[in-house]
Amino acid sequence: MTDRTPAPAPASTPTGTAGPAPARTTALAVPDLSLVVLVGTTGAGKSTFARTHFAPTQVVSSDFCRGLVADDENDQSASSDAFDVLHYITGKRLAAGRLTVVDATNVQTEARRRLVRLAREHDVLPVAIVLDVPERVCAERNAARPDRADMPAHVIPRQRRELRRSLRSLEREGFRKVHILRGVEEVAAARIELERRYNDLRHLTGPFDIVGDVHGCRAELEALLGRLGYAVERDAAGRAVDASHPEGRTAVFVGDLVDRGPDSPGVLRLVMGMVAAGHALCVPGNHENKLGRHLRGRNVRHTHGLAETIEQLGKETAADPEFPARVGEFIGSLVSHYVLDGGALVVCHAGLPEKYHGRTSGRVRSHALYGDTTGETDEFGLPVRYPWAEDYRGRAAVVYGHTPTPRATWLNNTICLDTGCVFGGSLTALRWPERELVDVPAERVWYEPARPLTADAPGGHEGRPLALADVHGRRVVETRHAGRVAVREENAAAALEVMSRFAIDPRLLPYLPPTMAPCATSRLEGYLEHPAEAFAEYRSAGVAEVVCEEKHMGSRAVALVCRDAGTAAERFGVTGGETGALHTRTGRPFFDDRAVTEEVLARVRAAADGAGLWEELDTDWLLLDAELLPWSLKSAGLLRRQYAAVGAAAGAVFPGALAALEAAASRGSKVDGLLARQRERAADAAAFAEAYGRYCRPVDGLDGVELAPFQILAVRGRSLAAVPHVDQLAWLDRLAGADGTGLLRRTGRLVVDTGDEASVAAGTDWWLELTEAGGEGMVVKPLDALVRGPDGRLVQPGVKCRGREYLRIVYGPEYAREENLRRLRERHLGHKRSLALREYALGLEALDRLADGEPLWRVHEAVFAVLALESEPVDPRL
Amino acid sequence: MTTTGSAERPATDLGFLLHKHPDRAQEFSTSHGTAHVFYPEAGPERCTAALLLEVDPVALVRRGRGKGRGGAPDSALAQYVNDRPYVASSLLAVALGAVFSSALKGQCRARPELPERRRYLRIEVPALPARGGPELVRRLFEPLGWTVGAQPVPLDTRFPEWGDSRCVSLVLEGETRLADALRHLYVLLPVLDDAKHYWAAPDEVDKLLRAGEGWLERHPEQELIADRYLARRRRLTREALERLELARLAEADGSEPEELDNAVDEGADTDERPAPLAVRRREAILAALRESGAARVLDLGCGQGQLVQALLKDTRFTEIAGVDVSMRALHEARRRLRLERMPERQAARVTLTQGSLTYTDPRLSGYDAAVLSEVIEHIDPPRLPAAEYAVFGAARPGTAVVTTPNAEYNVRWETLPAGRVRHHDHRFEWTREEFRTWAEGVAERHGYTVEFRPVGEDDPDVGPPTQLALFRLAAEAPATGAPKAGAPATAKEAAA
Repeated sequence: MTDRTPAPAPASTPTGTAGPAPARTTALAVPDLSLVVLVGTTGAGKSTFARTHFAPTQVVSSDFCRGLVADDENDQSASSDAFDVLHYITGKRLAAGRLTVVDATNVQTEARRRLVRLAREHDVLPVAIVLDVPERVCAERNAARPDRADMPAHVIPRQRRELRRSLRSLEREGFRKVHILRGVEEVAAARIELERRYNDLRHLTGPFDIVGDVHGCRAELEALLGRLGYAVERDAAGRAVDASHPEGRTAVFVGDLVDRGPDSPGVLRLVMGMVAAGHALCVPGNHENKLGRHLRGRNVRHTHGLAETIEQLGKETAADPEFPARVGEFIGSLVSHYVLDGGALVVCHAGLPEKYHGRTSGRVRSHALYGDTTGETDEFGLPVRYPWAEDYRGRAAVVYGHTPTPRATWLNNTICLDTGCVFGGSLTALRWPERELVDVPAERVWYEPARPLTADAPGGHEGRPLALADVHGRRVVETRHAGRVAVREENAAAALEVMSRFAIDPRLLPYLPPTMAPCATSRLEGYLEHPAEAFAEYRSAGVAEVVCEEKHMGSRAVALVCRDAGTAAERFGVTGGETGALHTRTGRPFFDDRAVTEEVLARVRAAADGAGLWEELDTDWLLLDAELLPWSLKSAGLLRRQYAAVGAAAGAVFPGALAALEAAASRGSKVDGLLARQRERAADAAAFAEAYGRYCRPVDGLDGVELAPFQILAVRGRSLAAVPHVDQLAWLDRLAGADGTGLLRRTGRLVVDTGDEASVAAGTDWWLELTEAGGEGMVVKPLDALVRGPDGRLVQPGVKCRGREYLRIVYGPEYAREENLRRLRERHLGHKRSLALREYALGLEALDRLADGEPLWRVHEAVFAVLALESEPVDPRL
Repeated sequence: MTTTGSAERPATDLGFLLHKHPDRAQEFSTSHGTAHVFYPEAGPERCTAALLLEVDPVALVRRGRGKGRGGAPDSALAQYVNDRPYVASSLLAVALGAVFSSALKGQCRARPELPERRRYLRIEVPALPARGGPELVRRLFEPLGWTVGAQPVPLDTRFPEWGDSRCVSLVLEGETRLADALRHLYVLLPVLDDAKHYWAAPDEVDKLLRAGEGWLERHPEQELIADRYLARRRRLTREALERLELARLAEADGSEPEELDNAVDEGADTDERPAPLAVRRREAILAALRESGAARVLDLGCGQGQLVQALLKDTRFTEIAGVDVSMRALHEARRRLRLERMPERQAARVTLTQGSLTYTDPRLSGYDAAVLSEVIEHIDPPRLPAAEYAVFGAARPGTAVVTTPNAEYNVRWETLPAGRVRHHDHRFEWTREEFRTWAEGVAERHGYTVEFRPVGEDDPDVGPPTQLALFRLAAEAPATGAPKAGAPATAKEAAA
């Protein structure tokens, strides 16, 4: 077996034959991702050659780099710095997976060695193209160039001597392809032919059925193929020799077909037949690799099930003497990993980090076959495997085998399909792109495992923290509803502090609520906010129906309610016995005492039981967006310091001040205006104290605490963010109705047709009624929840419309006086509205990622970004 | 402000002293609103002058610096709902200085003999914000000869459980010169208020010296007065720089900025009172690090950089990385260490970076030693396993030094109420047994050995005030880089 991307033997055959140049063009094969090193003396025409055959950006020239660092392309004293720059640029290009051509003389071994090393560092193939042009031609060309006219005469002959010495050693130096063009004509006749790497099967889009480690379990393999819908074809002796799918699906084997199990030759025959017929692809496992070496006559130890395979092959050879040779050939033809389906899928035996996808080097092959090891050894003296999947952040799904686990589970977009069939587990396949798992149980334990199968997916372990690099610093989060959302560094830093020091476990924190913008500023006398603006805004955005929801004045709360601790453990990975979480909009727990949280969850759970929501929503967990009341429960500190302090000071100062003014007035001092103003101020201050006092009440344990859910955000496998609000509220009414403890509170609502004047007036009246009775106000939302405007962009998911008295708490006791309102109306909503939309998109993204079962870091990335955006500067009164 | 008098010395002299006629109501515009002076009573026996500052609340907010987007001030700098319009704060002191400037200087052109006279004065300040409460009010005014009446103002009589506000209803009575009385108020109102805002003048030291002449130098609370009077400006600039993002998050949560931004202690806390313990803790840590032979050291949760500073003094520590999650703490550490001015070679030994113990961070791996000094008790218990993995599973330093308070010792702190933790942000404090159980578990799970050392006096009954665990990566121990994470690979040839 070999990675065949390069021809096994370097194609050092002179591309041009000796003698007169042929008239026809000659194709030079170059892998489409490689480092092409041009070799030739000065004046040999390298730059012209590069220009002719490659795009300008693909070529990095030493002359150009000399110019960059020294303002002179011929300043030889700048060569050292110039090559640093050249290597740096080349490295960046190779890391990004771009073919790169180095245009420098490269006649010295040391210069080439550095380039070969660079290619290897980035796991691409180094290719040499030598331009062997007569000295005379080179000298003439240089003489014609004014900047090179005074080049010392000995330079070209010296370079030619170095070049001639080099020619023989290029392959030894590590160039996997060497093309030598002798003479001007051959150079002129050459043509570059890019060849696809053997691992690059992006053009194959499947659908695929990827099969885990078979290890000689032929019967189980046939059963699995049957379950997958393949028709097995048999030879005269009844042996399976091929299998094909009526819908043209392709099977992909992750390797380790052989060893340990009862019929390795049978498995090989079937898989080889499928591969030959184009019904299957196969990558090699470490067991194939070892078998291949045995078949090539190498001395390998017959351990770990190889002895069984050799014995079985021995019997096979009696009937079919050619069989071992065909197996050897098959193994020799296998490519260590494949990139499939437009780059969305990578299949290999032992897993592969993203930087190795589509790359070609010994290191890549070794990782694909054996995985990564830490260099440490465990208590049995065996190498410790590095949990590469834990670090994996790639976009492509990596499907692999190698490490037997009881159950195939996704981790960071990777999945190990080795479910230990030969050890009595099962044989598992993954349907792609459906991402469905299909398995068949082992008929029996064919081989005793050296140790019990581990309970975790490789690399996955509960309690493992997420990686800082996934959240820290300036970041851009891709969202499906609003494109790229940027997070600035200082905001991420603040979010990191809060997330690390105060927030709950990220596994229980799949969502943070977005901020909400107020409606446009009202010009109506006495009002800063008025529902007319909200209705008008939605009408002009083309939203015909909106729902007005009563705004409960409390603290925003998100509740994750699992049906039981087992669900919390299975879906959210927490094993401390918790059944969910109840947290604030910055992810902090509402109650310091976990028992209180659990009591709240238990009451919601009981209500969900009573309302039959589990069955109706086909779920065993609910994620609720809600308001927790009273306000004083969580914000007591703020209330005391900021609000009550104002009321107290005003209450203390006005009686004396008014008495003093009245006394002065009675003496005839002209203080009437001042006195009147102070009386108004005193009344305003009293109204202010009245306003905040409405939302405060003492609670005793959970007595007096209310939770008013207004949206079910997500349930198992689904985001419910696009469910119309009337349906949402109907569920939640039933939930509140089924609660016998007084915890859950219903949310009042009214549907308004924004195009109907009477309906709009009814909406306004409803708001006036609510707010005059002391309510905070209402939120106006498009009935259909997730709505796009005529421009295709998200419409505000809701705007708040706060009552006149409530706004005293926000804008201060005296805000409602016309002279103050006049100034306060100059508020700017643009940033707040943009922030609300960006946070909304991130919240939707978190829910979608949660629904899709994406890795935790992907969900957390969006959640973290919401928190970071919350620390952006915006008028906090909005 | 009321004074009494007689036929020879009429109380209405107050009008001359203040340069404000008792029969007129006057108004003066000041930088934050309009000041009014009027006389509720003015007879020969009693004369009362009133100063009323009408603060413009909307302008007050707009004046705040560091405007947030949306044309409005930022939460941390200007509380939009604000007690300033109602209380006697620095704003009133400024108005006092402006409206009664001659009286403050003790000048009276019409009756030059008046200012020198001591007379009975009664001063009422109905809402005086006073950090330190009535007790401090008395400590500040009584040494100046005042009879002090200071009644705390309750926050809200509807919610008696909320207790008192920081406002005090103040009545001062005494025989004194008017100029002195005004100067007392001019200095002590803002000192008691101790507010964070509305202070911008650069010549505060001079002002304090002038207004304090003749009384401040002998005042027993001189230090507190000067500290508070001058400290506000320094704090203001620091806050303006560092706290905004966090303050906004607190805002979003309906809580106070201090609730989140508490990583750096502004003043003395209930933290270990005798400073020597902090010193002894550092010494114990340094000793453990020296024993281990570590050269590259991580200080995880470096706070304001005290340990980093100590490490820098020993050249055997060639690379010192201070990591903290609090940007404010890092900023403070940078300031203390004067990194910008440090010689290049020395500065090259130190890095200070934001990091978190609840996330893994490859930048933290490969160090000889890591210190977690008084850090774990700031982590919520449910998040401890994450921190444990981040340090012992991912970063895997050769040596780790962990210190934490010994809860048993708390009974020895006289000032610490029973059952309380030493610092308000401590999520737990462990007994020796609890710490030992945790540390031994960590060592076992991650292939370390652990030993325990007392820090501070080892009390025979309750143990030392601080406990220290010294972890060493066991040479032959199972490498748990991937503990429980997939089967440790069987030999390379044979896996799977």
